[in-house]
Amino acid sequence: MSRYQGMFERLRERGEGAFGAFVMLGDPDLATSAAILDSLVEGGADMIEVGIPFSDPVADGPVIQAAADRALAQGVTPPDCFALLKSFRARHPDTPVGILTYANLVLAPGRSAFYRASAEAGVDSVLVADVPLFEAGPFAAAAQDSGVEPVLIAASNTPDKTLQRVAELGGGYTYCVARAGVTGAGEKVSFDHAGMLAILKQHDAPPPIFGFGISQPDHVRSALDAGAAGVISGSAIIRLIAADPGNAAPAVRDFVASMKAATVLAMA
Amino acid sequence: MLMQGRFGAFGGAYVPEILMPALEELEAAFLAAQEDSTFQAELAELLAKYAGRPTPLTRCRNLGSDKARIYLKREDLLHGGAHKTNQVLGQALLARKMGKARIIAETGAGQHGVATALAGALFGLETRIYMGAHDVERQQLNVFRMQLMGAEVVPVESGGRTLKDAVNEALRDWTASFGNTHYLLGTVAGPHPFPLMVREFQRVIGLEARAQILEEEGRLPDAVVACVGGGSNAMGMFSDFVDDAEVKLIGVEAAGRGLDGAEHGATLLRGRPGILHGAETYVLQDEHGQIADSWSVSAGLDYPAVGPEHAHLKDSGRAEYVGCTDQEALDAFALLARSEGIICAFESAHALAHALKIAREGSVLVVNLSGRGDKDMVQAQRLLGFQQ
Repeated sequence: MSRYQGMFERLRERGEGAFGAFVMLGDPDLATSAAILDSLVEGGADMIEVGIPFSDPVADGPVIQAAADRALAQGVTPPDCFALLKSFRARHPDTPVGILTYANLVLAPGRSAFYRASAEAGVDSVLVADVPLFEAGPFAAAAQDSGVEPVLIAASNTPDKTLQRVAELGGGYTYCVARAGVTGAGEKVSFDHAGMLAILKQHDAPPPIFGFGISQPDHVRSALDAGAAGVISGSAIIRLIAADPGNAAPAVRDFVASMKAATVLAMA
Repeated sequence: MLMQGRFGAFGGAYVPEILMPALEELEAAFLAAQEDSTFQAELAELLAKYAGRPTPLTRCRNLGSDKARIYLKREDLLHGGAHKTNQVLGQALLARKMGKARIIAETGAGQHGVATALAGALFGLETRIYMGAHDVERQQLNVFRMQLMGAEVVPVESGGRTLKDAVNEALRDWTASFGNTHYLLGTVAGPHPFPLMVREFQRVIGLEARAQILEEEGRLPDAVVACVGGGSNAMGMFSDFVDDAEVKLIGVEAAGRGLDGAEHGATLLRGRPGILHGAETYVLQDEHGQIADSWSVSAGLDYPAVGPEHAHLKDSGRAEYVGCTDQEALDAFALLARSEGIICAFESAHALAHALKIAREGSVLVVNLSGRGDKDMVQAQRLLGFQQ
């Protein structure tokens, strides 16, 4: 059983949704980043999603762009990120870890080498933000060859035929884009994804996790009420890191705990 | 998608899933328009009566006169001041057909921004132009032209603050706004269907040039030469000559301050295959895949990727790609002004410089003079040492 399957099963038994925490590796620096990863688990995050910083993150809003820029300014490279993840895996054997990054970083060492390095670092899944289903074939194949799950994206405007193939080809979880636009912590999030979720369920897709703009406990509850198996929150966490980089871990832990608590309430 | 959008191994559509329906809508609208005689007639009329097509093919009276016959395809005389207007009119008609009330675009030198702004004014579309803050500084005149025609110009402060960063911002805007907005991308780069669509709207350059040179010389040229940033003026010029095996296709990239350093925009000469801005193509990048900042004296060639069809033409060997430094381009720019009374864009001067380099006795060369040089006057004055 994969780590994601194990996690979803445990959460089902406990009547909880999944809370995924996203941070940019190497932000604000490698040592602090390692401590922040631990604080996410301490706060109660069920799954950890990490960015490998890329120079041109077109799917990200200003908050995550700035995080990538801070990491790149520190000279953080993909091999640094894999080393960070490997040591995280040694400390946390059961927490699912997924990479969210961009196609050129996967292509640069070669698809096979990138997914092999991911597997060796104990990574469970990789989502490539600028690879839609239309181009996903070679990426998914290379991922599966290395035992890494290819996470694919579904949006409310994705055609049914594409959703069916996302269901068939994707692994780990299905990343559902909660609204149009780039990543970012908004005040309001609305979910009108019933049609999309029905199609995904009909084709037995990996569990739907909602991302983009999830920054408050009530967003978590609305997402779970709308049928999500869990949520990912990124920009809200990264804002806390940026606000006080030297003292980020405790603030992040408390925020994660408040968001995680909402996943319990929703199902109770 | 109805097509794969590939040129050999290059191209494709690498965008967030949420943008795929917008690309599919655009592909369908474009393919339908290609078969739609009413659409084509309206575009042809706009090109003739608004933009001023056909543009002349001018034989240089003085340059190369003792040996080669050098012809200039005068896209600098097109309304708006560069070849950009050709394809902007096509895309603006498509935007209207798709019911989009707003257009957005990126711009480097500002020529595409100016062309988009004029189309926005003409068709009553709300227009926003993303432009790197560095380019805003060095192309003030074009910024004002855009504003005068009613466009909003947004300086982009991220990255190297040039064309690459402007494309990033335009893509981000589009992922939120595609419902009412058409992204009027300015070159043959980006995800399918842009490389195909922009080439087809620019094909008119080569179509006219081929007929004009046959009329003048009674034969095809030995080579057609065009500068390559994203590569739209070159694809427009090349397309109708691709099947003429005897005609060399030469693309001239910005060698900037030299190909041996890091300050250039020579993507095909110094990059390697990767994925940027929606397409698999040659990209200037470091060993880990981080995109490099390019450099060129000409903002329009200052871009670390290139249209995927150029990547294919390079790998297949059909086209040849060479570099031209800032200094060589400036020399050609000044020489053209003094010898022929024509002030071209810094971008186009790259193509001319290479043509002058390869001119041999009896050779017939066609250079795509893709734009006029007004936008470069302040820089030229400084770089050429003219004092006020």
